[in-house]
Amino acid sequence: MTRDEIYEKVKDVLVDALGVDDEDVTLDAKLRDDLGAESIDFLDIVFRLEKAFGIKIPRGEMFPEDIFTNPAYVKDGKVTPDGLAELKKRMPHVDLSALETDPDVNNIRFTVTTVINYIESKLNENK
Amino acid sequence: MRWIWIDKFTAFEPRKSATAIKNVSLAEEHLHDLYPDFPIVPHSLIIEGMAQTAGILVGQANDFAEKVILAKISRATFHRLVRPGETLTFNARIDQMAEHGAATSGTVTVGEDLVAEMEIMFSHIDQNMSGMQFPEHNFVFTEQFASLLNSYKDSLKVLL
Repeated sequence: MTRDEIYEKVKDVLVDALGVDDEDVTLDAKLRDDLGAESIDFLDIVFRLEKAFGIKIPRGEMFPEDIFTNPAYVKDGKVTPDGLAELKKRMPHVDLSALETDPDVNNIRFTVTTVINYIESKLNENK
Repeated sequence: MRWIWIDKFTAFEPRKSATAIKNVSLAEEHLHDLYPDFPIVPHSLIIEGMAQTAGILVGQANDFAEKVILAKISRATFHRLVRPGETLTFNARIDQMAEHGAATSGTVTVGEDLVAEMEIMFSHIDQNMSGMQFPEHNFVFTEQFASLLNSYKDSLKVLL
């Protein structure tokens, strides 16, 4: 499957899960800030991606939820150096560049591209 | 008044599907609230009936250890109104289930008529992503809901 084909399917998933318009789902759109995803929507997105791509997404593999609740990794809204190392190791699909300069937890950019990166690596892993 | 919008289960296949019915009576106060002289069951309460049917199905899947909360109505399409004297049938099934929640879907019918189609998501709130804590006691599945499922089990014993 090409990256464009993955993008099209991801777009359908996000349109259905979040009730957004097709044209809102740009590559740079942030799931939470731009597309309005709330916590339950992330589970909805995971379920829909599993169906659309025929894959299994283990908890915490695509969205780094457990990192945010671990005080060793996130303290007072800032990602600790250990947290950054953990994110880099476990979330190679996430763009962490903004986090390197400012450790504010909101600088973890979870965009449409992030989802595509994750799906692409997952599909390659299954080959 | 009791916040219970199904009368009994008529089928229950653990971790898969459940069917419940509700008889609509003209004596129910809320039927008269929407339109004067034209009593109907509000759509929101039809959704609640489905949420209770599907919610008990999802709760039973983990032996009621999880607090199962209606988290998202992904879709609800209505095809017809429901009037007093009719019997609603809620058919719910679990589509996907994970540690932190479940996705369900189903139909609501009156006899052969399709009344509504729905997709509802439930969250296991103790497994929430923000790490928020809730009381240990399972306040979702009260005695009222437990007795619904128990009476279904009892009815099977009688039939068998």
